[in-house]
Amino acid sequence: MPEYIPAKFCAGCGYPVILMTLGRILEQKQLSKKAVMGLDIGCSLLAIDALSINIFHTHHGRVTPTMLGFKRARPDSLCFGLTGDGGAYAIGWQSLFYSAMRDEPITVIVVNNTVYAMTGGQTAPTTLSGQKTDTNPEGYEGAPFFGPELLRHIAHKDAYLARTATNNPKDIAAYMEKAIATQLAGHFSLVEILSFCPTNWKTVGKATMDYVDDLKKVYKVGEI
Amino acid sequence: MTGAEIATQAAIDAGAGMMYGYPITPVTEVFTNWIKRGQKYLQTEDEIAAGFAVCGAVMAGQKAFTATSGPGHILMQDALSMAEGMRLPFVAIVAQRGGPSSGTVIYSQQEVTLACFGGNGEGLRLVYSPGTLAELYTLTRRAFNESWQYHFPAIVLTDGYTVKTRGLVDLENLKMENFSTVPLVVEGEIKHWPNIFTFEEELYKEVMKNKADFDKISTSVAMAEEYQTEDAEILLIAHGIVGAAAKIAVNQLRESGKKVGLFRPITLRPLASQQLNSISKKVKKIVFIESSLGQLARIIKDELAPEVSVSFEYLQYPGLGIEIEEIVENVNGFE
Repeated sequence: MPEYIPAKFCAGCGYPVILMTLGRILEQKQLSKKAVMGLDIGCSLLAIDALSINIFHTHHGRVTPTMLGFKRARPDSLCFGLTGDGGAYAIGWQSLFYSAMRDEPITVIVVNNTVYAMTGGQTAPTTLSGQKTDTNPEGYEGAPFFGPELLRHIAHKDAYLARTATNNPKDIAAYMEKAIATQLAGHFSLVEILSFCPTNWKTVGKATMDYVDDLKKVYKVGEI
Repeated sequence: MTGAEIATQAAIDAGAGMMYGYPITPVTEVFTNWIKRGQKYLQTEDEIAAGFAVCGAVMAGQKAFTATSGPGHILMQDALSMAEGMRLPFVAIVAQRGGPSSGTVIYSQQEVTLACFGGNGEGLRLVYSPGTLAELYTLTRRAFNESWQYHFPAIVLTDGYTVKTRGLVDLENLKMENFSTVPLVVEGEIKHWPNIFTFEEELYKEVMKNKADFDKISTSVAMAEEYQTEDAEILLIAHGIVGAAAKIAVNQLRESGKKVGLFRPITLRPLASQQLNSISKKVKKIVFIESSLGQLARIIKDELAPEVSVSFEYLQYPGLGIEIEEIVENVNGFE
C-alpha cells in the first residue's frame, strides 16, 4: 500500500483528476512498473509523488526532449511527459514540434488551463482573445493556440492526437488508453486536457464547470 | 587522425552508445565522424534538446554524450544545470570558439568560466583541458569514467585548433578500463526524484551534500602537469594548447638561463590546488598565459593560499592563439 501523501494541488485543480485516471489505467493494464513520467516545471511539478510509478522533474519546457532521450535508451519503457500549455506550446514548442515530426514514441499530456497558473496567471499560448491576465490586464489580443490541430499537419498518420477536458473523465481514460497503445505501437501521442484552474480563474463550484464548457466552444474536444 | 577523430574514437572506446548533437563550428566533425563510424545518434532541433535528451538517456542508464561550442555551449548550460542538480553522468565535448556572441569560429579559451561555473549552481562539474591530441583521447575516456563513477557532469574543454589538428597518436598505449553504467531510474523501483524543492533548507542540504562529495573526489580527479618547477623563480600558468606552447617556451627560456617553470592544470574543475600552492610558495612571479582576459587567472587566484605572496604578470589575448616565441619574448622582458 503506498504511503498516503496529501495532494499538493490547489483545491479544485484539474490535475488530480488526470493523474488519478492515468494511475488507474496503468494499474489495470499492469504497466506501472514500465511507466516513467517526466514532469515539466509549472503546476505539473507538483505531481512528483502523485503516482506509484517512477517520476522525476525536468526543466521548464524540457520534458519532451528528456523523455525522448529516456525512451530511445530504454525502448521497452513507457514514457510520459506531463506539462502545462506553456511548457508544451511556448517554451517547449520547438522540441514538441520536432518530436511529433520525428514520431518519437512518447506520450505527452498537456494540461491546458489557458494561463501560466504556477506563476500566478499570466498569458499562455492558449489564452483566449480578450481574456484578462496579469500580463495582459486590458485583455489578450492574440489568437488561441491549437496545439494538437497544428501537430496534425506534421505528425505521422498513426500518431495519436486528442483533446478532452477534466469534466469528461471517461474520455480522459479512453484517450489515455489510446495514447498508450499508440506509444506501444511505436508512435507519438499527445492528449491535451482542458483543466480546471479555479485559483486563477477566480471561480467556484458550477462557475468552474461553466468555464471549462465555455473553453470547449473554442478548443473542440475529440480526436484530432 | 584529427582531434575530432580522436575524440570520436575515445567516445567509442569509452563505450558510449548514443550521441545527441546539433552541428556547430568547430566541433561538427566530432558528430559527423561519430555518424560515419556507424554509431547511434540523433540530430536534434537545437542544443537544448540535445542536452536534455542526454539527461534522459543517462537517467535510463545509457552512456550518451554531446559535443558543442560557443553559442551552443550557452544553450547546453540549461541541461548541464539539471545534470549538476540531479548528479547526472552527463558528458559534453566542448571545443571553444571566440566570444562573446557568435565571435569567431575556430579558437579561444573563453569558455572556461561557462564550462566551470555556467548555470545557476555552484560549479560542481568535472572540467578537463587537454593540451595534446593524446590527452584529448585520455581525458575524454576519463570524462566518461569519472562522470559515471562519481555522478557529476563532465566537460572535455578543448578548442577548434585541437579538434582540427592532424597528428599521430598511439592509442594502443592509452588503453584503460571502462567504468560500467547503471540505470539511475530502475524499472519498477518507484523513485520520485525531484530537482525542485519546497523548502530552502531542503535545497541547502542537497547542495551541501553534493559539495562535500565533490570535495571528497577532488584529490583523485584533479590533475596538473608541473614542468621544471624544482628551482623555478618564474612560474608560467597556462592550460590546453597554450599550456603545450608554454612548455616548449620553458625549454627555450631555460637555455638562456632563466629559471622558469610551468604549472599546467589538466583539470580546471576540480583544480589541483595543493600542487599549485606548493609550487607557488617557492616562486617569485606567476605569469598567466591564456587566450582570454583572465578566465583561467581567476580560477587559479581563487585557489591560491593566502600565504602565497608573488607578483603577477599577464599574457592574455582573448580569442587569439599564443605562440612559443611570443611567450619567450615577453617572459624575457620581465624583471
